Amino acid sequence: MTLRAGARRPSQPTWPDYMASRAQQARESRLADFFTRGTLDPDTPIGEAPLVAMDFETTGLDSSRHDIVSVGVMPFTLSRIRPADGRYWVLSPRRKLSDESVAFHHITHAEVADAPDFAAIIDELLDSLAGRLVVVHYRQLERTFLDAAVRERLGEGLLMPMIDTMSLEARIHRQSWWARLRRWAGRPMASIRLHESRQRYHLPAYTGHHALVDSLATAELLQAQILYHYDWETPVGALWR
Amino acid sequence: MNVEQLDIRGHMAQFAPFDDLPDALLDRIAGEVEIRYFQAGSELLVKDQPVEALWYIRSGAVEMYQRSGRLFNRLSEGDIFGYSDLLRSNRRVRYPVSAIEDTLIYFIPGDVFEAICEEDDDFAEFVETGGQRLKVTVEQQRDDSGLMTTRVRKLISRQPQMVEASMSLQQAALQMRDANVTCVLVVDVTETHSAYTFTGPDGRHWQLNGILTDRDFCTRVLAEGKSAQTPVGEVMSRKVIVVQSDESVYEAMLCMLRNQVHHLPVLHRRQPVGVLHLSDIVRHETHSSLFLVNNIFVQNTPEQLARLAPEVGTGFVRMVADGANSEMVCRALATIGRAFTQRLIELAEAELGPAPVPYCFMVLGSMAREEPTINADQDNALVLHDDYDPERHGEYFEALARLVCDGLDACGYPYCKGDVMATNPRWRKPLQVWKRYFTEWMDEPNGERLLHSSIFFDLAPVHGETPMVEALQDLIAELAPQRPIFLAALARNAKNRTPPLGFFRQFVMEQDGEHRKSINLKRRGTAPLTDLVRVHALACGSKAQNSFARLDDIAQTKLLADGVTERLRYAFEFMSMVRIRHQADAVERGVEPDNSVDPENIGSRERHHLKDAFEAISNAQKFLSFRYTMPSRSGSSRTGGGSEEQRGHR
Repeated sequence: MTLRAGARRPSQPTWPDYMASRAQQARESRLADFFTRGTLDPDTPIGEAPLVAMDFETTGLDSSRHDIVSVGVMPFTLSRIRPADGRYWVLSPRRKLSDESVAFHHITHAEVADAPDFAAIIDELLDSLAGRLVVVHYRQLERTFLDAAVRERLGEGLLMPMIDTMSLEARIHRQSWWARLRRWAGRPMASIRLHESRQRYHLPAYTGHHALVDSLATAELLQAQILYHYDWETPVGALWR
Repeated sequence: MNVEQLDIRGHMAQFAPFDDLPDALLDRIAGEVEIRYFQAGSELLVKDQPVEALWYIRSGAVEMYQRSGRLFNRLSEGDIFGYSDLLRSNRRVRYPVSAIEDTLIYFIPGDVFEAICEEDDDFAEFVETGGQRLKVTVEQQRDDSGLMTTRVRKLISRQPQMVEASMSLQQAALQMRDANVTCVLVVDVTETHSAYTFTGPDGRHWQLNGILTDRDFCTRVLAEGKSAQTPVGEVMSRKVIVVQSDESVYEAMLCMLRNQVHHLPVLHRRQPVGVLHLSDIVRHETHSSLFLVNNIFVQNTPEQLARLAPEVGTGFVRMVADGANSEMVCRALATIGRAFTQRLIELAEAELGPAPVPYCFMVLGSMAREEPTINADQDNALVLHDDYDPERHGEYFEALARLVCDGLDACGYPYCKGDVMATNPRWRKPLQVWKRYFTEWMDEPNGERLLHSSIFFDLAPVHGETPMVEALQDLIAELAPQRPIFLAALARNAKNRTPPLGFFRQFVMEQDGEHRKSINLKRRGTAPLTDLVRVHALACGSKAQNSFARLDDIAQTKLLADGVTERLRYAFEFMSMVRIRHQADAVERGVEPDNSVDPENIGSRERHHLKDAFEAISNAQKFLSFRYTMPSRSGSSRTGGGSEEQRGHR
């Protein structure tokens, strides 16, 4: 059974079905454990869901050529974010870190020199994610990089449902009648980047491009999006992809 | 410590009482903080709810209310609340708190709060003497995010819902329900180009043709028995009042009140970008003096109206304290004055029955220019339809004028000393007679006629057939530029009152009514400036009434040297503001506001600016005689030589 990353319809098969079947089939025990802890019932109200915001900084956008250099995760719920529970890892990329990406992420060569390989954090990372619904800003990146990194080390991939705050923002600001009219009229589209999206909800500006800060920023953004455009009763099945 | 906790710590370290905490304690707090986002308008703390944490505002703003519902405090970024409840034994909320902006809260858990109080005496003292934390009280609050400065677009949180006129009512209702909005804008493709069209990439023009509100579904659909399949275009309101996105919230509110609408489409240039509802504004600012206007329209007797008069002064003082500029203050006063007038006319009509012939009630002078101050007299007149017959209709309009002018006097707009009021039979005439008056004044000016021109040529309709007054405005704009003798005479008159500056730039003081040495800011400042602006405005055929708007029109011509209109605008704003503050101060002290200012009572910097302003007027007055020379008697005809000179002006 396969479910392609980025598939738009989770209904066939559903995410819980996918998780259950991977729990049966996974050869790698750590992955089997992860899938056994499953995901939420699609009808769970988002207000009751245990969530975890996740953000990667990478050396580029192509998971076949680039590597993850840092990972931030921030468990939260709609009623509370506890920064103290956040986890952050700097990783050693397998390929050389370019000077451009150093400037971009503020992660230096010296920092990554002593950093562990992704393999060393898999246990802790899986533990942070298990049983929680993952929230990211731009799921294509996190999903494909996580899948590729795990596949490379454990021989099997890792997929899971994710709420993508960027695609929620796109639904609201890019796919409405008015947004289409604007685009048709040649007007610039509303930016759905993390910082610009946050501004629409009057969230403060943070230093960008730090995996942990961005995961906190994503968690706050989801709280705001739900209040503005959905409500706490919205089932997670309507939000995840 | 993680980087995001450093951000939290760094933020808190800027604000009391955290700014004085030792690093170790600050680290501890930052490490324990919890975060949650609240949307504007939501309740953060409900009375008697248990309190478990200290609330710290990372961004946004909240309001705290007393039991009576009175605003108790307004807090913003870096402020804390909940500590007084934490210190009480039952740890329950005493003062409810709600968010007035989207707000991000950092919670400091109760046990951490306790530990910090235990360890740091300064922190403990700060929260225990919470009283000093009250940055504002209702009486003395300054609203920084006020109506004056906030632009309409800030209150727009979502795109407008739009439908085409051919859509069925049911579809429109569905769209309204799904989007959870109370109105839709009706747009259509149109062939013609107008002030409401915006162009699509196919070259077609879209036009905002109407608006349909949930109220319309009651009054225009259900009450009229329309079917759900009726096209939207059949029932929508075609009169669409709009506001530009960069106008102030205050302006939008004026617009709603003036037009008695609750939904205001907001345009960016010509494109609809949102709809402002009255409640958006109410939520934004609940205490505005302009709710007075709404109140005026629901009073049912002149006596009830008169009881609202003291609120004008209170509102005036408040606006000045809120940092409004002179244009805003004056326009508010004008709107209020017009509302009183309009309501008094409606009440008079209710008493006397409908008017026998169409008419228009107009205001003159400062009210027409939208520049009245708090102590303004009433100046008004009646323009009647040309079918007016004094025998048959005279009594009606005399009674109407009497009711309105007496009512205005009772509402704090004293009778005009020069008898420029609708009660004066001379100023209660058919349109033809008004046209003759105005033409005569310009054709053959004399002292009295010039005086009249300077009052009546600032005119605006308030109630009735607006086009009748507009016809008079058109007449003035058409004739005045071609009447050089009139303009020259008016220019000469405009120089009669000179600014109070001596040869060495010292103030020349006069004795006021109570024999104090002072400067009359109206007689020596704003009035001469208004006069000279009027001359230029008439010369360039401007139909604007407001002095700032007139300066805009003048700036479009080559009438004045570059930068002069800007200097005059600045001078006008500055003098008006000094005068307004002086009057607000008087109202607050409970004394009669006047225009006499003692330069000793204003700061040295202001004195310096005031001298600059007077100098600008003085220079502009000198320029008047140079620009509007009396044509030589021999060759003068009203249109001949003069029109050539005027062409040069335009």
